[in-house]
Amino acid sequence: MGITVVEVTKQFGDFVALDDVSVAIPEGSLTALLGPSGSGKSTLLRVIAGLEKPDGGQVLLGDDDVTHQPARARGVGMVFQHYAAFKHMTVWENVAFGLKVRKRPKSEIETRVHELLELVQLEGLAKRYPAQLSGGQRQRMALARALAVDPEVLLLDEPFGALDARVRKELRAWLRRLHEEVHVTTIIVTHDQEEAMEVAGQIVVINQGRVEQVGTPRELYESPANEFVMSFVGPVNKLGDTFVRPRDISLSLEPEGDATEAMVERIVHLGFEVRAELVRDDGQHLLAQLTQEEAQALELERGVIVYAKPSRQTVFTR
Amino acid sequence: MTAKYALRFGALGYLALLLLLPVGLVFYRTFEHGFHPAWAAVTNPEAQHALWLTLIIAAIAVPANTLFGVVLAIALVRHRFPGRGLVNAIVDLPLALSPVVVGLSLYLLYGTGGWLGGLAGHGIKILFALPGMTLATIFVSLPFVVREVVPVLREIGTDQEQAAETLGAAPFTTFWRITLPAIRWAVGYGVVLTTARAIGEFGAVSIVSGRIEGKTETLPLYVQSQFEGFNTTGAFAACVVLALIALATVLVMRIFRPKEEAA
Repeated sequence: MGITVVEVTKQFGDFVALDDVSVAIPEGSLTALLGPSGSGKSTLLRVIAGLEKPDGGQVLLGDDDVTHQPARARGVGMVFQHYAAFKHMTVWENVAFGLKVRKRPKSEIETRVHELLELVQLEGLAKRYPAQLSGGQRQRMALARALAVDPEVLLLDEPFGALDARVRKELRAWLRRLHEEVHVTTIIVTHDQEEAMEVAGQIVVINQGRVEQVGTPRELYESPANEFVMSFVGPVNKLGDTFVRPRDISLSLEPEGDATEAMVERIVHLGFEVRAELVRDDGQHLLAQLTQEEAQALELERGVIVYAKPSRQTVFTR
Repeated sequence: MTAKYALRFGALGYLALLLLLPVGLVFYRTFEHGFHPAWAAVTNPEAQHALWLTLIIAAIAVPANTLFGVVLAIALVRHRFPGRGLVNAIVDLPLALSPVVVGLSLYLLYGTGGWLGGLAGHGIKILFALPGMTLATIFVSLPFVVREVVPVLREIGTDQEQAAETLGAAPFTTFWRITLPAIRWAVGYGVVLTTARAIGEFGAVSIVSGRIEGKTETLPLYVQSQFEGFNTTGAFAACVVLALIALATVLVMRIFRPKEEAA
């Protein structure tokens, strides 16, 4: 079921969390709400879930205006950053909770919970309590619990934020596969642009309670709408009014044309690629990203003087 | 090493001198002349009545304060309302006020010429009867459940409750199946403390009861009246009953505590 948010505003005291936000989330998509902390992305998710009442505007699930419906009537599945596991219940009871409060027949609950535990690979841990699970397992349990009631939409609030880097990477890949399997309209809130790019088909960039841009990961990276999006979705060099991605800077050892002279300050090895941190005469810092091979050919090391030339740059008109 | 032992013996010695010795002495004096005089002293009708009255008052005050305590704790932690800070402060009042003040204020309210003193004329007897004594007990034992539950509610946060809500649970279902199980040890601990206070209360109850022998005497009041009447065996034997109830309470507390920490 698609989600439509129309001109939603929300204030907490003097703080404007959402300022006239309108977004359309297509049915069956996996959309990321991306923004820095305090940007309003979580508030938007909670407004969609019905956990927060907007001051103005509308929320539509499919064609139904659910703005004034309580969370329990909306048919959304929600996953929280800190798992929100029911600590006094076993994994099985956690997953069965939504079905039990809906008074589904016992046999149906049995089958469904079994199915879901298999889906999230926790079959063997059904009798454990949340305290006996790892963070990643807890979050998979929370996901199974949210999916148990066949939600129309699945809302994930920084679901991997409390996990360590490796588990986070695994779960991202797993979430993508899961979404291909179950195809429920999903929104994931994150402040991590890499996570958003890796997982989502569509990204909504939010900053200071406003939507800055909506697009596919590629669109955001290739043609950012403004300065904020440009610098938020990846590293960027600012040269006067122009913006250049580190990948779009080519280096040579000979001066050529309008290339700018700079000294290598540090070389960072990122695996396949190398990041060169440069500093110009006037003190301005530059980042250039090149392949291992290119770096070797130039014999880059600390103190070497290079000439940097942007191969592609962006200027935003204000 | 020596410092550690000195500390240990210091702490134990302090407790022994101030707590164990006096209470132990009561036990000793009670059974000084054997078990039978003590048994006779606690099974006489007046002592029995006092014990019974104490238990009845506790049986009303404890559930009342438990229900009120849980509701108030939820209101204080989960809701914002005008006067919240004031309510929060007032809850602690019974801890700060001397029970005598509580007793006297109830006396002024319900006594002859008091605001609600007219009730007696309509056949509703508050003072010198069970209702007044129960009110006094409820007053002095009011804060314990609230004070135990508030920090736990704060710590568990609202995530679990909100998760239950999105899963389709109505507010009462969420309370019953999520919130209550999460705070159950705190409630249990609060109930134990409330019970201990309700059973042991002397000052406030003493004033509103009028201390009519065999009618409005609770166990602590009975101890006092027997002591004043030079029936030391009776006084000490009743003391032992109170001490045993306290001991049982402490044991129940010990059962609650470790589980609370493990959770």
